[in-house]
Amino acid sequence: MIDKFRSDVLSVVDAVPSGASIAVGGFGSSGRPDALIDALCELDRRDLHVYVNNVGHDFTGVGRLLHEGRLRRVTASFPILQEFYDEYFAGRVELELIPQGTLAERMRAGGAGIPAFFTPSGAGTMLSDGSFTLRYSPEGGVAEHVPAKETRMINGREYVLEEGIVADFGFVKAHKADRKGNLRFRLSARNFNPMAGMSGRTTFAEIEQLVDVDELHPDDVHLPGVFVDDLVMSTGKAPATDEPAAAATRKAS
Amino acid sequence: MTDTIPAPAPVTGRTREGIAERLAQDLQDGYVVNLGVGIPLLVPRFLPADKEVVLHAENGVLGIGGDADPHEADPDLTDAGKQPITLIPGAAITDSALSFAIIRGGHLDATILGALQVSASGDLANWYVPGKNPAVGGAMDLVAGTPQVWVAMEHVDRKGRPKIVAECTMPLTGKGVVTRVYTDLAVFHVVDGQLRLVECAPGVTPEDVRARTGAPYTEHLAG
Repeated sequence: MIDKFRSDVLSVVDAVPSGASIAVGGFGSSGRPDALIDALCELDRRDLHVYVNNVGHDFTGVGRLLHEGRLRRVTASFPILQEFYDEYFAGRVELELIPQGTLAERMRAGGAGIPAFFTPSGAGTMLSDGSFTLRYSPEGGVAEHVPAKETRMINGREYVLEEGIVADFGFVKAHKADRKGNLRFRLSARNFNPMAGMSGRTTFAEIEQLVDVDELHPDDVHLPGVFVDDLVMSTGKAPATDEPAAAATRKAS
Repeated sequence: MTDTIPAPAPVTGRTREGIAERLAQDLQDGYVVNLGVGIPLLVPRFLPADKEVVLHAENGVLGIGGDADPHEADPDLTDAGKQPITLIPGAAITDSALSFAIIRGGHLDATILGALQVSASGDLANWYVPGKNPAVGGAMDLVAGTPQVWVAMEHVDRKGRPKIVAECTMPLTGKGVVTRVYTDLAVFHVVDGQLRLVECAPGVTPEDVRARTGAPYTEHLAG
Protein backbone atom coordinates (compact mmCIF):
# COMPACT_ATOMS: atom_id res chain seq x y z
CA MET A 1 0.00 0.00 0.00
CA ILE A 2 1.20 3.46 -0.78
CA ASP A 3 1.31 5.61 2.31
CA LYS A 4 3.54 8.66 2.10
CA PHE A 5 2.52 10.13 5.46
CA ARG A 6 5.26 10.26 8.11
CA SER A 7 4.69 11.31 11.69
CA ASP A 8 8.25 12.50 12.34
CA VAL A 9 9.38 15.52 10.32
CA LEU A 10 13.00 15.26 11.51
CA SER A 11 13.45 11.76 10.13
CA VAL A 12 12.09 12.95 6.77
CA VAL A 13 14.23 16.08 6.50
CA ASP A 14 17.26 14.10 7.70
CA ALA A 15 17.64 13.03 4.05
CA VAL A 16 18.74 16.58 3.18
CA PRO A 17 22.53 16.95 3.51
CA SER A 18 24.41 20.17 4.09
CA GLY A 19 25.24 21.71 0.71
CA ALA A 20 21.93 20.64 -0.85
CA SER A 21 19.80 22.74 -3.20
CA ILE A 22 16.13 23.17 -2.23
CA ALA A 23 13.20 24.66 -4.18
CA VAL A 24 10.88 26.21 -1.61
CA GLY A 25 7.22 27.15 -2.13
CA GLY A 26 5.48 30.20 -0.69
CA PHE A 27 4.96 33.88 -1.39
CA GLY A 28 6.03 35.85 1.66
CA SER A 29 4.74 33.73 4.55
CA SER A 30 1.68 32.60 2.56
CA GLY A 31 2.04 28.91 1.73
CA ARG A 32 5.57 28.73 3.13
CA PRO A 33 6.65 25.30 4.46
CA ASP A 34 7.94 26.45 7.86
CA ALA A 35 7.87 23.01 9.53
CA LEU A 36 10.23 21.58 6.90
CA ILE A 37 12.50 24.65 7.03
CA ASP A 38 12.60 24.59 10.85
CA ALA A 39 13.64 20.93 10.69
CA LEU A 40 16.71 21.93 8.63
CA CYS A 41 17.69 24.20 11.53
CA GLU A 42 17.06 21.53 14.17
CA LEU A 43 19.28 19.17 12.15
CA ASP A 44 21.97 21.88 11.79
CA ARG A 45 22.15 21.76 7.99
CA ARG A 46 24.31 24.43 6.36
CA ASP A 47 25.73 25.65 3.04
CA LEU A 48 22.29 25.46 1.42
CA HIS A 49 21.25 26.83 -1.99
CA VAL A 50 17.62 27.86 -1.75
CA TYR A 51 15.37 28.73 -4.69
CA VAL A 52 12.52 30.83 -3.28
CA ASN A 53 10.62 33.97 -4.22
CA ASN A 54 11.21 35.85 -0.94
CA VAL A 55 13.62 35.41 1.96
CA GLY A 56 10.85 37.00 4.03
CA HIS A 57 10.15 39.83 6.47
CA ASP A 58 11.56 38.32 9.66
CA PHE A 59 13.59 35.46 11.08
CA THR A 60 10.98 32.80 10.35
CA GLY A 61 11.00 30.49 7.35
CA VAL A 62 13.90 31.13 4.98
CA GLY A 63 14.67 34.19 7.12
CA ARG A 64 15.57 31.79 9.92
CA LEU A 65 17.98 29.92 7.64
CA LEU A 66 19.59 33.27 6.81
CA HIS A 67 19.70 34.40 10.44
CA GLU A 68 21.39 31.18 11.49
CA GLY A 69 23.97 31.40 8.69
CA ARG A 70 22.79 28.30 6.86
CA LEU A 71 22.59 29.74 3.33
CA ARG A 72 25.30 29.69 0.67
CA ARG A 73 23.17 31.04 -2.17
CA VAL A 74 19.66 32.36 -2.66
CA THR A 75 17.98 32.41 -6.07
CA ALA A 76 15.03 34.79 -5.67
CA SER A 77 13.12 37.69 -7.21
CA PHE A 78 12.34 39.77 -4.11
CA PRO A 79 14.38 38.97 -0.97
CA ILE A 80 12.88 41.77 1.27
CA LEU A 81 14.74 41.04 4.54
CA GLN A 82 17.32 43.74 5.37
CA GLU A 83 19.54 41.26 7.22
CA PHE A 84 19.71 39.22 4.04
CA TYR A 85 21.06 42.21 2.14
CA ASP A 86 23.52 42.95 4.96
CA GLU A 87 24.90 39.42 4.60
CA TYR A 88 24.89 39.72 0.79
CA PHE A 89 26.83 42.99 0.75
CA ALA A 90 29.24 41.53 3.32
CA GLY A 91 30.01 38.63 0.98
CA ARG A 92 28.57 35.95 3.26
CA VAL A 93 25.68 34.86 1.00
CA GLU A 94 25.25 34.87 -2.77
CA LEU A 95 22.24 36.34 -4.56
CA GLU A 96 21.11 35.19 -8.00
CA LEU A 97 18.34 37.70 -8.66
CA ILE A 98 15.89 36.68 -11.41
CA PRO A 99 12.48 37.92 -12.54
CA GLN A 100 9.62 36.34 -10.60
CA GLY A 101 8.04 34.75 -13.67
CA THR A 102 11.42 33.37 -14.67
CA LEU A 103 11.79 31.76 -11.24
CA ALA A 104 8.37 30.11 -11.52
CA GLU A 105 8.99 28.91 -15.07
CA ARG A 106 12.51 27.68 -14.31
CA MET A 107 11.12 25.51 -11.50
CA ARG A 108 8.28 24.27 -13.70
CA ALA A 109 10.62 23.57 -16.62
CA GLY A 110 13.10 21.68 -14.47
CA GLY A 111 10.35 19.41 -13.23
CA ALA A 112 8.95 19.03 -16.74
CA GLY A 113 12.18 17.86 -18.38
CA ILE A 114 12.80 21.14 -20.19
CA PRO A 115 16.51 22.02 -19.73
CA ALA A 116 16.14 25.65 -20.83
CA PHE A 117 13.75 28.08 -22.50
CA PHE A 118 13.79 31.55 -24.05
CA THR A 119 11.89 34.34 -22.29
CA PRO A 120 11.54 38.06 -23.04
CA SER A 121 11.74 38.90 -19.32
CA GLY A 122 14.98 40.63 -18.40
CA ALA A 123 16.26 41.06 -21.97
CA GLY A 124 18.52 44.11 -22.23
CA THR A 125 18.83 44.46 -18.45
CA MET A 126 21.39 43.89 -15.69
CA LEU A 127 19.73 40.57 -14.91
CA SER A 128 20.81 39.09 -18.24
CA ASP A 129 23.92 41.03 -19.32
CA GLY A 130 26.39 39.71 -16.74
CA SER A 131 26.64 42.89 -14.65
CA PHE A 132 24.64 41.80 -11.59
CA THR A 133 26.73 40.95 -8.54
CA LEU A 134 26.36 37.33 -7.45
CA ARG A 135 28.87 37.61 -4.62
CA TYR A 136 30.66 40.48 -2.93
CA SER A 137 34.13 40.16 -1.50
CA PRO A 138 34.38 40.33 2.32
CA GLU A 139 37.13 42.91 1.71
CA GLY A 140 34.71 45.04 -0.32
CA GLY A 141 34.03 45.13 -4.05
CA VAL A 142 32.61 42.54 -6.36
CA ALA A 143 33.93 38.98 -6.13
CA GLU A 144 31.78 37.42 -8.87
CA HIS A 145 29.02 38.41 -11.27
CA VAL A 146 26.08 36.31 -12.39
CA PRO A 147 27.34 35.17 -15.84
CA ALA A 148 25.85 36.84 -18.92
CA LYS A 149 22.98 34.83 -20.31
CA GLU A 150 22.74 33.64 -23.88
CA THR A 151 20.30 35.69 -25.96
CA ARG A 152 18.64 35.14 -29.30
CA MET A 153 16.63 37.28 -31.69
CA ILE A 154 13.35 35.53 -32.52
CA ASN A 155 10.96 37.27 -34.91
CA GLY A 156 12.83 40.52 -34.38
CA ARG A 157 12.75 40.49 -30.59
CA GLU A 158 15.46 39.68 -28.05
CA TYR A 159 14.95 36.72 -25.71
CA VAL A 160 17.04 35.39 -22.81
CA LEU A 161 17.94 31.72 -22.36
CA GLU A 162 17.02 30.58 -18.85
CA GLU A 163 17.76 27.11 -17.49
CA GLY A 164 15.24 24.82 -15.81
CA ILE A 165 15.83 24.26 -12.09
CA VAL A 166 16.16 20.67 -10.91
CA ALA A 167 16.71 21.04 -7.18
CA ASP A 168 17.93 18.24 -4.94
CA PHE A 169 14.78 18.71 -2.86
CA GLY A 170 11.39 20.41 -3.14
CA PHE A 171 9.75 21.81 0.01
CA VAL A 172 6.01 22.40 -0.32
CA LYS A 173 3.11 23.43 1.89
CA ALA A 174 -0.38 22.19 0.97
CA HIS A 175 -3.84 22.49 2.48
CA LYS A 176 -5.01 18.90 1.99
CA ALA A 177 -3.34 15.66 1.02
CA ASP A 178 -4.22 11.98 0.86
CA ARG A 179 -1.85 9.12 1.65
CA LYS A 180 -0.87 8.86 -2.04
CA GLY A 181 0.56 12.36 -1.87
CA ASN A 182 -2.10 14.08 -3.98
CA LEU A 183 -2.09 17.73 -2.94
CA ARG A 184 -4.64 20.49 -2.88
CA PHE A 185 -3.66 24.04 -2.07
CA ARG A 186 -5.81 26.82 -0.72
CA LEU A 187 -6.33 30.24 -2.33
CA SER A 188 -3.20 32.28 -3.00
CA ALA A 189 -1.13 30.01 -0.73
CA ARG A 190 -0.78 27.86 -3.87
CA ASN A 191 1.67 30.31 -5.57
CA PHE A 192 5.07 28.66 -6.07
CA ASN A 193 4.20 25.40 -4.30
CA PRO A 194 3.28 23.27 -7.35
CA MET A 195 6.44 24.50 -9.10
CA ALA A 196 8.69 23.78 -6.10
CA GLY A 197 7.14 20.32 -5.85
CA MET A 198 7.87 19.62 -9.52
CA SER A 199 11.41 21.00 -9.30
CA GLY A 200 12.65 18.74 -6.51
CA ARG A 201 14.22 15.38 -7.33
CA THR A 202 12.79 14.45 -3.95
CA THR A 203 9.83 16.47 -2.66
CA PHE A 204 8.45 16.78 0.85
CA ALA A 205 5.03 18.32 1.49
CA GLU A 206 3.85 19.61 4.83
CA ILE A 207 0.08 19.59 5.03
CA GLU A 208 -2.69 21.07 7.14
CA GLN A 209 -5.08 18.15 6.72
CA LEU A 210 -4.63 14.47 5.85
CA VAL A 211 -7.84 13.25 4.22
CA ASP A 212 -9.15 9.85 3.13
CA VAL A 213 -7.84 8.65 -0.18
CA ASP A 214 -11.18 9.12 -1.93
CA GLU A 215 -11.93 12.57 -0.51
CA LEU A 216 -9.97 14.63 -3.02
CA HIS A 217 -11.85 14.46 -6.30
CA PRO A 218 -9.46 13.67 -9.17
CA ASP A 219 -10.49 16.94 -10.81
CA ASP A 220 -9.50 18.85 -7.68
CA VAL A 221 -5.93 17.60 -7.27
CA HIS A 222 -3.56 20.54 -7.87
CA LEU A 223 -0.32 18.52 -7.69
CA PRO A 224 -0.56 14.75 -8.19
CA GLY A 225 1.21 12.48 -5.73
CA VAL A 226 3.63 11.38 -8.43
CA PHE A 227 5.58 14.57 -7.61
CA VAL A 228 5.53 13.99 -3.84
CA ASP A 229 7.69 11.59 -1.83
CA ASP A 230 6.83 12.23 1.81
CA LEU A 231 4.09 14.03 3.73
CA VAL A 232 4.35 15.55 7.20
CA MET A 233 1.93 17.64 9.24
CA SER A 234 2.38 21.39 9.15
CA THR A 235 2.99 23.06 12.47
CA GLY A 236 1.57 26.35 11.19
CA LYS A 237 -1.84 27.56 12.26
CA ALA A 238 -4.55 26.08 10.07
CA PRO A 239 -7.21 28.47 8.79
CA ALA A 240 -10.20 28.77 11.09
CA THR A 241 -12.74 27.82 8.47
CA ASP A 242 -12.47 25.75 5.36
CA GLU A 243 -13.71 28.15 2.71
CA PRO A 244 -13.70 31.76 3.92
CA ALA A 245 -13.07 32.79 0.31
CA ALA A 246 -16.71 32.04 -0.37
CA ALA A 247 -17.65 34.42 2.42
CA ALA A 248 -15.28 37.01 1.03
CA THR A 249 -16.87 36.64 -2.38
CA ARG A 250 -20.36 37.03 -0.98
CA LYS A 251 -19.30 40.14 0.85
CA ALA A 252 -17.81 41.61 -2.32
CA SER A 253 -20.99 40.89 -4.24
CA MET B 1 22.34 67.73 -19.17
CA THR B 2 19.33 67.54 -16.90
CA ASP B 3 21.29 69.07 -14.04
CA THR B 4 21.82 72.27 -16.02
CA ILE B 5 18.14 73.05 -16.48
CA PRO B 6 17.40 76.11 -14.30
CA ALA B 7 14.78 75.41 -11.65
CA PRO B 8 11.43 76.45 -13.13
CA ALA B 9 8.89 78.41 -11.14
CA PRO B 10 6.61 76.19 -9.05
CA VAL B 11 3.56 74.78 -10.80
CA THR B 12 0.72 72.84 -9.21
CA GLY B 13 -0.73 70.00 -11.20
CA ARG B 14 -2.61 66.92 -10.15
CA THR B 15 -2.23 65.30 -6.74
CA ARG B 16 -1.24 61.63 -6.50
CA GLU B 17 -4.95 60.82 -6.24
CA GLY B 18 -5.55 63.09 -9.22
CA ILE B 19 -3.03 61.15 -11.32
CA ALA B 20 -4.80 57.89 -10.40
CA GLU B 21 -8.21 59.42 -11.15
CA ARG B 22 -7.07 60.65 -14.56
CA LEU B 23 -5.57 57.27 -15.45
CA ALA B 24 -8.69 55.41 -14.30
CA GLN B 25 -10.71 57.29 -16.94
CA ASP B 26 -8.71 55.51 -19.65
CA LEU B 27 -9.34 51.97 -18.37
CA GLN B 28 -11.99 50.33 -20.49
CA ASP B 29 -14.85 48.09 -19.45
CA GLY B 30 -13.63 44.48 -19.35
CA TYR B 31 -9.93 45.26 -18.93
CA VAL B 32 -7.76 42.88 -16.89
CA VAL B 33 -5.08 44.97 -15.20
CA ASN B 34 -2.08 44.47 -12.92
CA LEU B 35 -1.22 47.29 -10.49
CA GLY B 36 2.24 48.06 -9.13
CA VAL B 37 2.93 49.74 -5.81
CA GLY B 38 2.62 53.51 -5.26
CA ILE B 39 0.21 55.68 -7.24
CA PRO B 40 -1.11 52.65 -9.22
CA LEU B 41 -2.63 51.22 -6.03
CA LEU B 42 -4.82 54.35 -5.81
CA VAL B 43 -6.44 53.63 -9.19
CA PRO B 44 -9.21 51.19 -8.05
CA ARG B 45 -10.92 53.82 -5.90
CA PHE B 46 -11.52 55.92 -9.03
CA LEU B 47 -12.99 53.20 -11.24
CA PRO B 48 -16.47 54.22 -12.37
CA ALA B 49 -19.28 51.83 -11.39
CA ASP B 50 -20.26 51.21 -15.00
CA LYS B 51 -16.86 49.72 -15.87
CA GLU B 52 -16.00 46.17 -14.84
CA VAL B 53 -12.21 45.99 -14.49
CA VAL B 54 -10.55 42.80 -13.20
CA LEU B 55 -7.47 43.31 -11.02
CA HIS B 56 -4.67 40.73 -11.24
CA ALA B 57 -1.97 40.08 -8.63
CA GLU B 58 1.13 38.22 -9.77
CA ASN B 59 1.01 35.77 -6.87
CA GLY B 60 -1.90 34.17 -8.71
CA VAL B 61 -5.10 36.16 -8.05
CA LEU B 62 -7.43 37.23 -10.85
CA GLY B 63 -10.22 39.33 -9.38
CA ILE B 64 -9.06 41.22 -6.28
CA GLY B 65 -12.06 42.56 -4.36
CA GLY B 66 -10.22 45.04 -2.16
CA ASP B 67 -8.40 44.99 1.15
CA ALA B 68 -9.72 42.56 3.75
CA ASP B 69 -10.95 43.97 7.07
CA PRO B 70 -8.83 42.74 9.99
CA HIS B 71 -11.51 40.28 11.17
CA GLU B 72 -11.75 38.61 7.76
CA ALA B 73 -8.03 38.63 6.94
CA ASP B 74 -6.89 35.20 5.74
CA PRO B 75 -3.16 34.41 5.55
CA ASP B 76 -3.92 32.22 2.52
CA LEU B 77 -5.37 35.13 0.54
CA THR B 78 -3.05 38.05 -0.12
CA ASP B 79 -2.09 40.36 -2.96
CA ALA B 80 1.41 40.76 -4.39
CA GLY B 81 2.24 43.19 -1.56
CA LYS B 82 1.43 40.40 0.94
CA GLN B 83 -1.62 42.34 2.20
CA PRO B 84 -4.86 40.45 3.05
CA ILE B 85 -7.50 40.87 0.34
CA THR B 86 -10.98 39.74 -0.64
CA LEU B 87 -12.14 38.34 -3.98
CA ILE B 88 -14.82 39.48 -6.40
CA PRO B 89 -17.47 37.05 -7.65
CA GLY B 90 -15.98 35.21 -10.59
CA ALA B 91 -12.43 35.42 -9.26
CA ALA B 92 -9.85 32.77 -10.14
CA ILE B 93 -6.68 31.55 -8.41
CA THR B 94 -3.65 30.16 -10.25
CA ASP B 95 -0.19 28.96 -9.37
CA SER B 96 2.77 31.27 -10.03
CA ALA B 97 3.75 29.70 -13.37
CA LEU B 98 0.25 30.13 -14.78
CA SER B 99 0.04 33.63 -13.30
CA PHE B 100 3.16 34.57 -15.25
CA ALA B 101 1.88 32.77 -18.34
CA ILE B 102 -1.00 35.23 -18.13
CA ILE B 103 1.47 38.10 -17.77
CA ARG B 104 4.19 37.06 -20.21
CA GLY B 105 1.74 35.65 -22.72
CA GLY B 106 0.09 39.02 -23.21
CA HIS B 107 -3.25 38.09 -21.65
CA LEU B 108 -3.49 41.18 -19.43
CA ASP B 109 -4.76 44.35 -21.09
CA ALA B 110 -2.61 46.76 -19.13
CA THR B 111 -0.04 46.94 -16.38
CA ILE B 112 0.19 50.13 -14.34
CA LEU B 113 3.55 50.82 -12.72
CA GLY B 114 5.48 53.50 -10.91
CA ALA B 115 8.83 54.56 -12.35
CA LEU B 116 12.18 56.06 -11.44
CA GLN B 117 12.75 57.13 -15.07
CA VAL B 118 11.11 56.83 -18.48
CA SER B 119 13.19 57.52 -21.59
CA ALA B 120 12.28 59.26 -24.85
CA SER B 121 11.88 55.87 -26.54
CA GLY B 122 9.79 54.30 -23.78
CA ASP B 123 12.56 52.55 -21.84
CA LEU B 124 11.56 52.01 -18.20
CA ALA B 125 13.73 52.06 -15.07
CA ASN B 126 11.79 51.16 -11.94
CA TRP B 127 13.37 48.24 -10.07
CA TYR B 128 16.73 49.22 -8.68
CA VAL B 129 18.61 52.24 -7.41
CA PRO B 130 22.33 51.30 -7.49
CA GLY B 131 23.71 51.11 -3.97
CA LYS B 132 20.31 50.18 -2.51
CA ASN B 133 18.85 46.69 -2.02
CA PRO B 134 18.19 45.01 -5.39
CA ALA B 135 14.77 43.33 -5.83
CA VAL B 136 12.85 42.86 -9.06
CA GLY B 137 9.70 40.84 -8.35
CA GLY B 138 7.50 40.56 -11.43
CA ALA B 139 8.31 43.96 -12.95
CA MET B 140 10.43 42.64 -15.83
CA ASP B 141 7.84 39.99 -16.75
CA LEU B 142 5.01 42.54 -16.60
CA VAL B 143 6.68 45.02 -18.93
CA ALA B 144 7.91 42.27 -21.28
CA GLY B 145 4.51 40.72 -21.76
CA THR B 146 1.72 43.24 -21.30
CA PRO B 147 0.53 45.05 -24.45
CA GLN B 148 -0.05 48.34 -22.64
CA VAL B 149 2.41 49.52 -20.00
CA TRP B 150 1.15 52.67 -18.31
CA VAL B 151 3.42 54.56 -15.93
CA ALA B 152 1.87 56.64 -13.14
CA MET B 153 4.41 58.88 -11.43
CA GLU B 154 5.39 62.37 -10.30
CA HIS B 155 6.75 64.39 -13.23
CA VAL B 156 9.99 65.27 -11.41
CA ASP B 157 11.88 63.62 -8.55
CA ARG B 158 12.24 65.00 -5.02
CA LYS B 159 15.16 67.15 -6.09
CA GLY B 160 13.13 68.61 -8.97
CA ARG B 161 14.96 66.67 -11.67
CA PRO B 162 12.95 65.39 -14.65
CA LYS B 163 11.98 61.70 -14.51
CA ILE B 164 11.21 61.72 -18.23
CA VAL B 165 14.72 61.70 -19.69
CA ALA B 166 16.50 61.31 -23.03
CA GLU B 167 18.17 58.09 -21.84
CA CYS B 168 17.64 56.29 -18.54
CA THR B 169 20.63 56.52 -16.21
CA MET B 170 19.08 54.01 -13.78
CA PRO B 171 19.19 50.24 -14.56
CA LEU B 172 16.49 49.27 -17.06
CA THR B 173 13.43 47.16 -16.34
CA GLY B 174 12.69 46.88 -20.06
CA LYS B 175 13.56 48.59 -23.34
CA GLY B 176 10.89 50.40 -25.35
CA VAL B 177 8.09 48.97 -23.20
CA VAL B 178 6.21 52.05 -21.92
CA THR B 179 3.10 53.01 -23.92
CA ARG B 180 1.71 55.84 -21.74
CA VAL B 181 2.91 58.12 -18.94
CA TYR B 182 0.52 59.83 -16.51
CA THR B 183 2.07 62.48 -14.26
CA ASP B 184 0.89 65.37 -12.11
CA LEU B 185 1.54 67.70 -15.06
CA ALA B 186 0.72 65.81 -18.23
CA VAL B 187 -0.18 62.68 -20.18
CA PHE B 188 2.28 61.30 -22.74
CA HIS B 189 1.82 58.49 -25.23
CA VAL B 190 4.69 56.56 -26.79
CA VAL B 191 4.01 55.95 -30.48
CA ASP B 192 6.54 54.23 -32.77
CA GLY B 193 9.22 54.64 -30.11
CA GLN B 194 8.67 58.37 -29.71
CA LEU B 195 7.11 60.43 -26.93
CA ARG B 196 4.04 62.52 -27.63
CA LEU B 197 2.59 65.07 -25.21
CA VAL B 198 -1.16 64.55 -25.59
CA GLU B 199 -2.57 66.40 -22.57
CA CYS B 200 -1.61 68.95 -19.94
CA ALA B 201 -3.19 68.84 -16.47
CA PRO B 202 -5.66 71.63 -15.66
CA GLY B 203 -3.77 74.87 -14.97
CA VAL B 204 -0.55 73.51 -16.49
CA THR B 205 0.80 74.97 -19.76
CA PRO B 206 2.82 73.17 -22.45
CA GLU B 207 5.70 75.46 -21.48
CA ASP B 208 5.46 74.26 -17.86
CA VAL B 209 5.74 70.67 -19.08
CA ARG B 210 8.62 71.44 -21.45
CA ALA B 211 10.61 73.12 -18.66
CA ARG B 212 10.32 69.99 -16.49
CA THR B 213 10.88 67.29 -19.10
CA GLY B 214 14.36 66.01 -19.95
CA ALA B 215 13.47 64.21 -23.17
CA PRO B 216 12.59 65.33 -26.68
CA TYR B 217 8.92 64.90 -27.61
CA THR B 218 6.30 66.24 -29.98
CA GLU B 219 3.05 67.95 -29.03
CA HIS B 220 -0.24 66.35 -30.04
CA LEU B 221 -2.59 68.38 -27.85
CA ALA B 222 -6.28 68.27 -28.59
CA GLY B 223 -8.05 71.56 -29.40
